[in-house]
This record gives sequence, structure tokens and C-alpha cells, in this order.
Amino acid sequence: MFYRWLSTVRRQSTHPAWQKWPSARSSTSAAQAHSVALPAQARVVICGGGIMGTSVAYHLSKMGWKDIILLEQGRLAAGSTRFCAGILSTARHLTIEQKMADYSNKLYQQLEQETGIQTGYVRTGSISLAQTQDRLISLKRINSRLNVIGIPSEIISPKTVAELHPLLNVHDLVGALHVPEDAVVSSADVALALASAASQNGVQIYDRTSVLHVMVKKGQVTGVETDKGQIECQYFVNCAGQWAYELGLSNEEPVSIPLHACEHFYLLTRPWESPLPSSTPTVVDADGRIYIRNWQGGILSGGFEKNPKPIFTEGKNQLEIQNLQEDWDHFEPLLSSLLRRMPRLETLEIMKLVNCPETFTPDMRCIMGESPIVQGYFVLAGMNSAGLSFGGGAGRYLAEWMVHGYPSENVWELDLKRFGALQSSRTFLRHRVMEVMPLIYDLKVPRWDFQTGRQLRTSPLYDRLDAQGARWMEKHGFERPKYFVPPDKDLLALEQSKTFYKPDWFDIVESEVKCCKEAVCVIDMSSFTKFEITTTGDQGFEVLQYLFSNDLDVPVGHIVHTGMLNEGGGYENDCSIARLTKRSFFMISPTDQQVHCWAWLKKLLPKDSSLSVEDVTWKYTALNLIGPRAVDVLSELSYAPMSPDHFPSLFCKEMSVGYANGIRVMSMTHTGEPGFMLYIPIEYALHVYNEVMSVGQKYGIRNAGYYALRSLRIEKFFAFWGQDLNTLTTPLECGRESRVKLEKGMDFIGRDALLQQKQNGVYKRFTMFILDDHDTDLDLWPWWGEPIYRNGQYVGQTTSSAYSYTLERHVCLGFVHNYSEDTGEEQVVTSDFINRGEYEIDIAGHRFQAKAKLYPVTSLFTHKRRKDDVELSDLHGK
Amino acid sequence: MSSSMSYWMLTSARYSIAALQRGRRLYSRYVLSRSPSKWKPFLQGPPALRDEVLRGGLALPKACRHISTEEDFNLQLSPAQVNEVLRAGELVYQPLSLPGGAPNPVLRFESNQLAANSPVEDRRGVASCLQTSGLMFGIFDGHGGHACAQAVSERLFYYVAVSLMSQQTLEQMEEAVENMKPLLPILQWLKHPGQSIYEDVTSVHLDHLRVYWQELLDLHMGMGLSTEEALVHSFQRLDSDISLEVQAPLEDEMAMNLSLQVAFSGATACMAHIDGIHLHVANAGDCRAVLGVQEDNGLWSCVPLSCDHNAWNPAELSRLKKEHPASEDRTIVMEDRLLGVLMPCRAFGDVQFKWSQELQRSVLDRGFDTEALNIYQLKPLHYYTPPYLTARPEVTYHKLRPQDKFLVLASDGLWDMLSNEDVVRLVVGHLAEVGGHNKSDLAQGRTNLGLMQSLLLQRKARGLPITDHNAATHLIRHALGSNEYGEMEAERLNAMLTLPEDLARLYRDDITVTVVYFNSDALDAYYKGG
Repeated sequence: MFYRWLSTVRRQSTHPAWQKWPSARSSTSAAQAHSVALPAQARVVICGGGIMGTSVAYHLSKMGWKDIILLEQGRLAAGSTRFCAGILSTARHLTIEQKMADYSNKLYQQLEQETGIQTGYVRTGSISLAQTQDRLISLKRINSRLNVIGIPSEIISPKTVAELHPLLNVHDLVGALHVPEDAVVSSADVALALASAASQNGVQIYDRTSVLHVMVKKGQVTGVETDKGQIECQYFVNCAGQWAYELGLSNEEPVSIPLHACEHFYLLTRPWESPLPSSTPTVVDADGRIYIRNWQGGILSGGFEKNPKPIFTEGKNQLEIQNLQEDWDHFEPLLSSLLRRMPRLETLEIMKLVNCPETFTPDMRCIMGESPIVQGYFVLAGMNSAGLSFGGGAGRYLAEWMVHGYPSENVWELDLKRFGALQSSRTFLRHRVMEVMPLIYDLKVPRWDFQTGRQLRTSPLYDRLDAQGARWMEKHGFERPKYFVPPDKDLLALEQSKTFYKPDWFDIVESEVKCCKEAVCVIDMSSFTKFEITTTGDQGFEVLQYLFSNDLDVPVGHIVHTGMLNEGGGYENDCSIARLTKRSFFMISPTDQQVHCWAWLKKLLPKDSSLSVEDVTWKYTALNLIGPRAVDVLSELSYAPMSPDHFPSLFCKEMSVGYANGIRVMSMTHTGEPGFMLYIPIEYALHVYNEVMSVGQKYGIRNAGYYALRSLRIEKFFAFWGQDLNTLTTPLECGRESRVKLEKGMDFIGRDALLQQKQNGVYKRFTMFILDDHDTDLDLWPWWGEPIYRNGQYVGQTTSSAYSYTLERHVCLGFVHNYSEDTGEEQVVTSDFINRGEYEIDIAGHRFQAKAKLYPVTSLFTHKRRKDDVELSDLHGK
Repeated sequence: MSSSMSYWMLTSARYSIAALQRGRRLYSRYVLSRSPSKWKPFLQGPPALRDEVLRGGLALPKACRHISTEEDFNLQLSPAQVNEVLRAGELVYQPLSLPGGAPNPVLRFESNQLAANSPVEDRRGVASCLQTSGLMFGIFDGHGGHACAQAVSERLFYYVAVSLMSQQTLEQMEEAVENMKPLLPILQWLKHPGQSIYEDVTSVHLDHLRVYWQELLDLHMGMGLSTEEALVHSFQRLDSDISLEVQAPLEDEMAMNLSLQVAFSGATACMAHIDGIHLHVANAGDCRAVLGVQEDNGLWSCVPLSCDHNAWNPAELSRLKKEHPASEDRTIVMEDRLLGVLMPCRAFGDVQFKWSQELQRSVLDRGFDTEALNIYQLKPLHYYTPPYLTARPEVTYHKLRPQDKFLVLASDGLWDMLSNEDVVRLVVGHLAEVGGHNKSDLAQGRTNLGLMQSLLLQRKARGLPITDHNAATHLIRHALGSNEYGEMEAERLNAMLTLPEDLARLYRDDITVTVVYFNSDALDAYYKGG
């Protein structure tokens, strides 16, 4: 099979530790390798002997699992791990990534002591340079997040930079981020040390053994077929790095692991005339697209160029890794950038240019977790060239996931299930990684949309909306309108529009929001995940009642807001369910739940035919009519009374709209505003849209986009799954007790955890913050992930934010914790605790005063509606 | 079979109708655009127009503008687009080593095709014989439509392969057919993914092939024909089968129409058969095979392995004169064309030059819609003693030596533009460029960062040369883009590629090139190992 080629990779010089392993052979000769038979069965088989595979093996064995086998097709630590530049940096954009890197740092530091294997760990610190003010803002945001999770870091002046690293040219710098505890380490040695420690804990390691494919029965891993025989196993872990995609495809039922390799170059030099001390800090010059670290007295410098070269698109038998050639012409911009940053290096002698492919994912976040289609098939790959930094932490989270069923942190941002099969096309991956790789050093601004791999899934109205000025964002491959640019208005070009301040679309969204409040707007929300659930009998219905936390036993035509909770009471999904008939339900979930929710349901559904679930996302176009005049539009189009008396809130009815029959009309808008969602069979979409627009004209109808929706839902304190809610947040923590059938004596998943929580109190509380002294025009805008301070103490981070055009203030949503001042332990958070604090939100180092609210500011919104209306839509709306 | 056949018919009919309408509307252009082709249906076409055009370079397209479609003339292609156009037909293949582990004398081959006609009338084929050893390369240049070239490219190799088979293999084949058992595989095709599907021998064709091998069986020759005989017999046999198929009444109208199109269009063919160190080139018409040889002193030379069969070949002229009465000496070749019409003097198909007038009439009078089938019903003047045209090939044998580095097979579209010497020089230059890429001026020794940077910046300023990885593409690029001094002109290339469809044929012909590289080490081993 095509796996075999890696055995030709340059051999690792025999390491002293190599022979010491009890279970591993000193596989110096191929003949010997064949003589060792593989065990016939195991609990876990890990494929890949790079840093990821060894880290997973290390952590699994540490957590007490036995019968673990690690298979490596070539030699241990021979792939990207071997060629890795060896920089461990915690200066990451996502908090979860910072935590993984921080853990890795601590793990690697003590690894030498634990295993006796030299890892070359040196705490050098790292300096991230800023050539522009925008870059500095970006670094400041990272800085304030690093500090609250206990990683020392500071923003320093160019002068201090020059003191830390005398070779640097600092004249064009405006500042820098210094993380003193960052380190350099030999990644291959770290992998060997992890393997050695795992092996001492009983993990069996076999190199020169290729996994051909994974055997699956009834959606469950049953074993692994290798070139040396079969191994029965319950769990399989795909840590095959850049081959993970191919390995996933080799399954009978392919597991889609969207990642793609690009060539990556770095330069090695001979020692500097007076060799650089090993403590010389690592330098990241993102504006210059390069990184520089000391390497054996000289330097190692590489970068992420603007024009990457994707590789291995056709699979691995096309090119061999030793054939990868240096490409000096390609490296020239990075070399020039290096000499601009360190002009004195001109006389430094070149040793070689290394071409080491790195793996990238469609959204620049790594991939971990269990496959949605094959139970027991775990993945950890796609490190976006930060494999060394994430290795320890990611391995730990995955091991926890396998052992406990879920990791100790929320890793939804990294979960394999955030992707669907639609991201698995080679063409898509090739095009997208060409955008992702430069993005590593591009400025990361709020509301960034990928430009490649777009227009894959679209609503039938796409062209109509596009012609009316729609600007698009993409979620789960689906195009959604952000806002509509009026014909007389011009927006900035893409590059110029990048800002941390007030964006250029501010006025446009304002007018859309205003129209939602005063007249009526239509938003195409077709991307939402839509399932149809049918039961054949009471037994099936009981299963549903067990799966969903709210009572589904409502009269036909009613809509229920409910979560699907896990054993810990956390949200696996947050959805709205309409009871269409006695036996059938229509379920609406967030867009990115399409794979996650499907996998969750599939895992729990009874194997008999008492319940059937169908994904009907593609069958319906969804139009959201928001605004007080939506009633008028709809009643004119249907000749049916739509007033609250006839069509109360949270009600669903199939009716005709215009000429089209069978439109599912629901009285909810996902924003708390009055209005209706129309679920339209796609062939009627254009007709209904045209009718709505032409009839709506006299009521002042206009198109609106997701930014308006977002502003509306956040000012109404609506939590959104994937942003605010995740598998570790419970309904009680976000004030949704009314959406849980705790009092009804029915069992459902997570009930015990919730009952306990109800008794003991919650440890975090979803809170709404209204920024007080924030100047929308002049100050930096909040985004998400900003630290929240209560009476000067860090209590949590924001999860989403928006400008409320009604309150004329910024609103941030986030969770407030109560950390004990003495021990740092988490304590119960009471309403009192929330209400009795002075709050500040830290935006890139600047703290803004904020008012905390546990309930939406209803008084502002009630002027037009009746009380019962408000209660229903506000408390139950999403 | 019938589905792909009908599709083929449909497309060819569509093209012919389009051509017809265009021809009626713009009569003068029709004449003009057809004139430089091998066919010259009307005798009043301006002679040597194409040569003038070529010499005039880019001046002429502007002069011709009034007769061209207006819109797409100023179209400019980016360098990347130029590359895309040029590379669309690329085909590279590295044959496996021979059974028994012996290295294959053929290292690899690189092929490419660029159309001027629409649809392209050139065909190419590469296949290895599965029952005997040997690799076959063919270039087929159609005229008066692509039907004949298509048929020859599909069928000729089967005839050759069968001719080379031993008595025993033929008996096995015959037995298999008789007992309705699966036939031994005859050929393995190596083809471009976009190339139209080679029909596996269709039933009618198989019947004819079978008749042929039955005749061969009756000859009782044991080891089969010699390669030279095999090639000659195959060419002639296929041509006569083509000619007979259309005379025999066939029920299937579709098949009948197709065989009519095949017989009434023509194709020249040049093919090479390589078996170990034995290289045979069989040629009928004006495609050409040229060998690139590097002498021991390192100098390169070219050895043509075929002669063009056209009016500029004295041997051909005297052959023609010998085959026909002396009274026709003056009329047999006029204006450098056979009977004043046809450029090549040997070709497949073209029954207008092979059959008696009566036969032609009797076949065509069977009620074919000749216009829809795009068949030229021309009656050459001075048509007294047919046949004037033959498909008998001229076979050249060459024993491959370690000095022989590559073989270039190409249709006349290339040879019109480049001489043999130019072609060999370009392939050699290409070899050096590809082999020496990245090594040349980036010194391997100890360099410092500053020097490296200035070197790289220089290279960047100079603009990196566009390298074709495929030698055939390289040849086509130069054939189209070289000026009279042999220098590449990007504008010229661009202009040549952006010619509107109906004008393209005026300035260039379909070009098909296959470059076969030999493995010197393997050839060496043949000599050393005996």
C-alpha cells in the first residue's frame, strides 16, 4: 500500500534510549522486524508514531488504560515531527490553544527528568513583533488572555526588544509581546521520550508497521488491518499527520478528516561568529511572515509565505518525502524579510534549506475527537504547524475524551464534528489550505471570512439576494447574508476593511435593525440544520422524552425550545422542536450542528425502527420575517388571520403562502422580536420570496442579514450554541430552568446532574454585560474571549458580543465564575454574587466598565407588545 | 459500442452542418480556410499562401481582419493561460521494466497535441503488444475530417500485433473465437485521459481482423512475419479493409455512415515499433520520425528515420510516374499536389484517389446524405488510371545504440515550422534545462545569506524561464512562438494561440508530437549481455 514509502525516510540515528524499551525491538534490520508477530488484540490501536501518537499513548497509559498498541509505518518521530522547527509558543489566538500549549510546555519541561531522555528543552522565551498598530492590538488581546490563565507575558517597547535580542533591527517596530516562559525543544526527542515513558507504562510500540485500513462493523471499530496482520481492537486513534486524510478515506465507510499538506521551508545556518547563546529568545515577526530561533549557535528561520505550495493532493504515492526539493526562489521573500529584521546575518553561512511539509485544516484549528460515523474511531491531526506546541495538551484532551467520554475542557472549536463530508473534497482542501497557510501570520481581525472554497452550499435565493447587494459569510459550507449594501453605498475593499474598531458596515446594519424593530425584514436562514423525527409508537416517543430535556408532550402545532443534554447536564445541542403531528417532529438546530447532532442522535437512537430521523436541511429554504408588520404581510399572503389570538407565539402551522402550499409557518424569529419563520420546500422558495417582497413593499419590507440578527439576539440575551453554549454548560447555568422538565418526574439524560446542580448551586453563570464608558466610534470593539473582571478579579471570559442599536451600547455575553481568592477553587455563583459586583471587560488591555444583567432589559422592548407575548418569546426564544 | 459510436456520429454531423452553413454564408472564407490543408477541393485556392503568412509573421492577421469574426481577435492570454492551453494535451508515461526484470529500452515518453482544426484531425496512439514484446507509437494525421485518422489510430496496432504473432498464438486466438471464449488480450493502450475512447475492436472490425489472422494461419509461417513484413502487410491490409467495408452492404446505417466517412477521408500514418534494440519505423505520408543521437564526442546529430511522401520527394515522383502511363507524367502531380489536390502521396482512406469513378459513383449512389456526412465529392481532373494513392508504408530499420537518446515522432504541423535539426536542438536544450533545474547557478558550496539573497533577487529580476516539463510541449511552444531567427516571441505565441477558430487553420496545422526517450543503460546492457 501507499503507506510503505515512509520507511525510506532518512533514518533516525540510533538513539540511546531506543534499545532500552522493553517492548520495542531495536528494529535495525527488516528481517528482524518481520519476525515479531503483532498481538491479536488490544483495547486501543494508535496509528502514527509522531508527537501526536506518542502523546496520546503517553496520556492513555498514564490514565491507567492497558492493552495499548502504537503502530508507526516507518520509524518513530520520522514525519513532520522530525523536521519540526522545535518552537514551543503559547502566544495563540484561542484560549483552548493557549491552554494546550501551556500544558505541553510544562509536560516537556519535566519530561527529561521523568524519562532520562534529553529533549533539548531550553526556556528561551519568545518575542512576537508588531510592525503596525493593528498587529500590536492583536498581540495585546493575546497578552490579556494569556495573563488570566496564568501564563506570564507582557507587552514591551522596541527598546526592550533590542535589549532582549541584540541582532534585531527594531526601527520599524511599534511594540512586541514577550512570553518569557516559551521554550525551544527537539520535537523528535520529545516524541521519543513520550514513547519511552508510554512503553514503560505498558504501551506496545511497533514500527515499520503500516495500517492498511480500519475494520468497522455496525458503525463500531472492531479492528485494524495492517501489513503484518490484523489486530482486534475497540478504539482506533488516527494520528497519521498529513496522511490522516488518506487513512480516513481508506475505510470502507470513509471517515472524512479534512486536512491538506503544504510545503514548508526553513533555513538552517552554521554558527554565528560568536555563537548565539542557547537562551536567545525565539522571534516571531508575523508582519514579515517569519520566525527565527537560535539553532546550534546559528539560526533556524522559516515562515509562512503568501503563495504556499500545496502538496500530496493526489495522495501519497505521487511524491516521496525525500524527493522534496529545496526551492530557494520560493524562499526568497522570506530570506529578504529575515535580512531586513537581522541585517547583520548577511555573512552567516547557509547550511541548508529544509523542506518539511506541514498539515493545515480548513479553519486553521486542529482536528480532534471521535468520528461522527464510526464509534471508537478517534482522530488527532491537522496541527497547522503547531504540532509541538499542542502535542502534550491535545494528547491529554483526547486521552480524557476516550477514557471519560469527554475532555476536561470545551474543545468544540477543535472537534472533528465541526466539519461535514462536504469539506472532504481534495479540490476544496487544496484551495482552502492555500488561504489558511498565509493566514497563520496574517492579522486576525474580527468577523473574518474565508475567501476560498466558497459558494458550495447556497440557498435557492442566493442569486436574487446577491443581486440586491448581499455580502456573504460562510458557516458549515453554507452561504449566509451578512448584510445588504444599498446601491448608493460603497464599502471598503477587503484589505482595508480589516479593523478592530468600528466597521464600515455599521450604518447599514443599523438601518436593517431599525427596520426589524419598526417594520419588517426578511432574512434567509436556510443554513439551519433541520431534522424530521418520526416515531412509530409510544415507545419511540418515550425515547425522545429521554433524549430531550424539555417536555415534548405538547399539543400538535406547538413549538418547544429544548436542549439535548449529556450526562453532565451540558448542552450537546440546543434546538427548537415543532410537533407536526402526533408522531412526527420538526427539529431546528444551529447550522454547525448538522454533523454533531446527527452523530449524537445516532449514538442514542434505539436500534429497532421505533424512531426514524431524517436530515431534511436541504429540502427547505427558511425565511425569517422579523418585525411588527410581519403579521400583516403574512395574513395578506395567506388570507388567514395571523394575529396572536389565532396564531399565538411558538406555534407551527402548515399553510399556503401565495400560490404555494405546505409552507411551515412558525411564530418565532430566534431573536425575541415578533415575526415568523417560514420553512418552504425549496421549489417554492423563489415564489414565496417574490410574493413576500412585493406584498411587503407597502409595509416597508427589506432584506436583512445575520449581523442584524446577531445584534438583535444578543441585546435580548439569547445564548447561541457553539458560541455561548457548549457541552460543558448546563441550562441552569444560563437561566433556562424553565426549559427543563425537572419537576415533571420524567427521566432524561443529564437529569441527575441538573438535580444535583439545582441543589448545590451553579459554578458559573451566563451573564449579560452592557459596556458603560465605551465609545463606539473611538474605542476598540469587543469580539469574544475578552476577560471579565469583577471587583478587579478575573472571573471569566466573554463568549459573544454585539452593538445594540436599541440600547446604543455594546453588549457582551459571557460566563462569570467565582474563584476563591485564597485557593483559586471554583465556588458557587449566586445571583447575589453577580448583582453585587463592579465589572470590567478587558479589550486588548483596556478595561471598560460594564453593568451585569441576569435577565434581558425587557422594559426597553415592551412598548409595543403585550406582556404574555414577551414572556413566551423572550424566555423560550433562542 | 453503438452508444459511443452514435455520439461520434452526432458530433461529426453537427460539425459538418456548422461548417456547411458557414461555408455557404461566407463562401470566400471557406475557400481560403481550406486551401492550405492537404485537401484542396477547389483548384483556384491561392498557392503558397501559408508560406507567405508565416514569413509575414504577424502583419497578415491584421490584413485578414475584415474576413474574420470580429470579436475575439484582440483576446490576450496571460502566461499562465498560455501554458494551460499548451499543456492541455500533455501525456507522460514511464513504461514498466520488461517481464523478467530487464530494464526497458524505452525510458519514458512525453506526448502532446495542439489542435488547429476544429475538431482536431490528428490522432496519436501508444500501445504495447501483449502477446509479443514491443512498444508501438503512432502519429496519424487526418485530412478531410478526422474519421479516417480515428479509425486508423484505433485499428492499425491490432493489425500489426496480429501480424507479429506466432502461428501458435494465432491458433489460440482462433480457437478462442470459435469456442466463444474470451480473447487473449492483444494490446495495452497508454492514452491521454481526455483522448476519445478507443473502441475495443468492434464486432465488424474484429471479424475483419479475424479474416486477416485466418489468412496468416493459412500461410503456415511458424514464428510469424518479420517485423518489416508485418508492418507493410498491416498498413495495406487495414487500408483494403477500410475500402472493402464501405463496399460491402451493411445493415446498420450508423456503421455504414461511419465506414463511408472513414473511406472518404484520409490519414497519413507514421509509427514506430520498438522491441529491445530493434526499432522499426513505418511511414506512409508526411509525418516524420527523427532520431536524436549524441555521438561519443558529445555532439548531437539528427537521423531521420522516414521520408516524407509528397511532391518534394523525387523518389515518390518517379514511383508515381512509373506506376502510371507516361501520358500522365505532367498531370499526375500539379502545383506540388497529387492530381493537383492532395499533398501526401501515400495515405489511408481517400478512396477518391483509389477507386474507379464508377465504383465511387455506385457506392455514393446508394443514397447517402453526403453533405450531412461531410464527404467531399470531388472529381480530380485527369483521373484516368486509379489507384493513384497507396497506404503501403516505407519501413526503416534501425538498430538502437547507446548513443541514440530519443526519437521524435510528429505530424507535419510541427515539421512545417521546425527543421529536424531545430527539433533535436530544442529537445536537447529541454533535457539540459529540466535536468539542471535548480542546480545551475545556486552554488552548492558554502554561501552566506547575503550572497544568496542577491543571487535570488537577480534571478527574480531576470524573470524565471518558463519551463515545460514535457518535451513535446516545449517543441510545440517553439514551433508556434519562434520567429525567423529561432527566438521565442511571447506575443507571437500568444497571437497564434488566440486566433479565432476559423482562422487558426490558416496559420498553423494540428500539431501532434511524441518524444520517446531511450534508456542508454538498458541499451548498453543489451550489447554487453548479448
